[in-house]
Amino acid sequence: MISVEQVSKAFSTNEGAVEALRGIDLQVDEGEFLTLVGRSGCGKSTLLRIIAGLVPPTGGKVTVGGRLVEKPRRGVAVMFQRPALLPWRTVFENVMLPIELMDGDSDPYRRKAGELLETTGLTEFATRLPRELSGGMQQRASLCRSLVYDPEVLLMDEPFAALDALTREELSMELQRICAASGQTVVFVTHSIDEAVILADRVAVMTPRPGQIRQIVEVDVPRPRSLGQTAHTETLSGYAAALRDLLFETPGAEAS
Amino acid sequence: MTFDSASVTAAEKAAAPDRAAAQRRSRMLPIVLPLVGLVVLLGGWWLVKIITGWNSFILPSPADVVTTIVDKWDIMISNTWVTVWETVAGFVLAVVIGVPLGVALAYSWIFDRMFSPILFGFNAVPKIAVAPLLVIWMGFGVLPKIVMVVLLCFFPIVLSTAAGVKSTPEELRELIRSLEATPFQAFRKVRLPSALPHLFVGLKLAISLAVIGAVIGEFVGATKGLGYLIVISGGTADTSLAFAALAFLAIISIVLYYALTAVERWLVPWAEEQV
Repeated sequence: MISVEQVSKAFSTNEGAVEALRGIDLQVDEGEFLTLVGRSGCGKSTLLRIIAGLVPPTGGKVTVGGRLVEKPRRGVAVMFQRPALLPWRTVFENVMLPIELMDGDSDPYRRKAGELLETTGLTEFATRLPRELSGGMQQRASLCRSLVYDPEVLLMDEPFAALDALTREELSMELQRICAASGQTVVFVTHSIDEAVILADRVAVMTPRPGQIRQIVEVDVPRPRSLGQTAHTETLSGYAAALRDLLFETPGAEAS
Repeated sequence: MTFDSASVTAAEKAAAPDRAAAQRRSRMLPIVLPLVGLVVLLGGWWLVKIITGWNSFILPSPADVVTTIVDKWDIMISNTWVTVWETVAGFVLAVVIGVPLGVALAYSWIFDRMFSPILFGFNAVPKIAVAPLLVIWMGFGVLPKIVMVVLLCFFPIVLSTAAGVKSTPEELRELIRSLEATPFQAFRKVRLPSALPHLFVGLKLAISLAVIGAVIGEFVGATKGLGYLIVISGGTADTSLAFAALAFLAIISIVLYYALTAVERWLVPWAEEQV
């Protein structure tokens, strides 16, 4: 579904060029949930933005659904760390924004929007303005907006990073459920190891300066997963421990 | 038990009128306090008049001014309408020209670089100095006054529009890009509405300047308007009339400002608690 080939990115700054990404190769299958984990500044958000077509790569190429990515397109929804809701629109109107920007009949989508709000527990807040909602609820509304037009791909850039730990976990659970039902291909950027393990079919671990993919770890644990006590708690914490090691070791130290 | 509950109810009943009264008080305060302030000011004015014993043509008492307003009511009102008309027409014209220009400055950096310095330069020119020129070009009618109003309120409107349109948050810009919105959709649905809180800051500044602009225009080559009344009263040493005209100008300014605030509440209710 998504294919990233030898993608590199350099930013020019006052102190000269900074290499943000080097030689990134990545394949994401249809319906797969891939998380990109790395420390701050490892270029994971940049990689996501390149896949979204918001930022052009310096070298290499990205295709989504077989088509070369040159600019943003509707089939690829992007969700940001901030909810990015329009403050003058009600929750429902915000969710319907992508539909308004398209031509054609909006009626089936109104039903879809209603269903999404129902699933995320926002039905009674549909006519409220965003500022009347908590951070977690705003991010739920933002998720509904991303899903309302059934995009093939959902790109999420640390969408839960600004939320408190419990709300975060709650939303991770919800996201698993929603994605399992809708079958979207998801790339999810995070710096939280727990989040990465719970959500991902595969975790791509990135190392910084320049951003490279260190290793891809397949998480072979049945869903739904949670951080609570389940039959797989130990397996999950094993994965988390392995990822932690990968993130803390520097590649240089490994070579010596 | 029954005794207890009865006493609670009684206590509640006793407390209820107090609460209602307190609520009424808190609603009335925003209206009452400014009036108290006004009374204090008028009292001080009167006190100065009594202590100094100045003649009415140097400092009229509040009563003198009120008498003048009542005696010359027709003149006052007809001239007030002239000034209000010039102010509002000039303000609306400044909005009609200034908002699109501000949008253009925000959208095109080439346009911005080309015209911003000129704009700043024009704004640095003292507008009063232009008033005689306007009379030469446009005569003694209403037009040069309206132009003066436009000159004064144009600049804050352009600047606040440009600042507002430029201030669209980054995440909203990326959102509309990722949704493949057309430039017009992006402007209409996101950038213009998100500019409104900024725009209103400029509009409120401009409406006060608009009244000043009308008065400047009326000081030079006018035959009517509150500014003209003030000029006349200087010639006839009718200080009370000048005071009356000043009071009316203040009222015009306040009323227009609050009218604009009402429009803002209606158009931008979502921003109320952000500012």
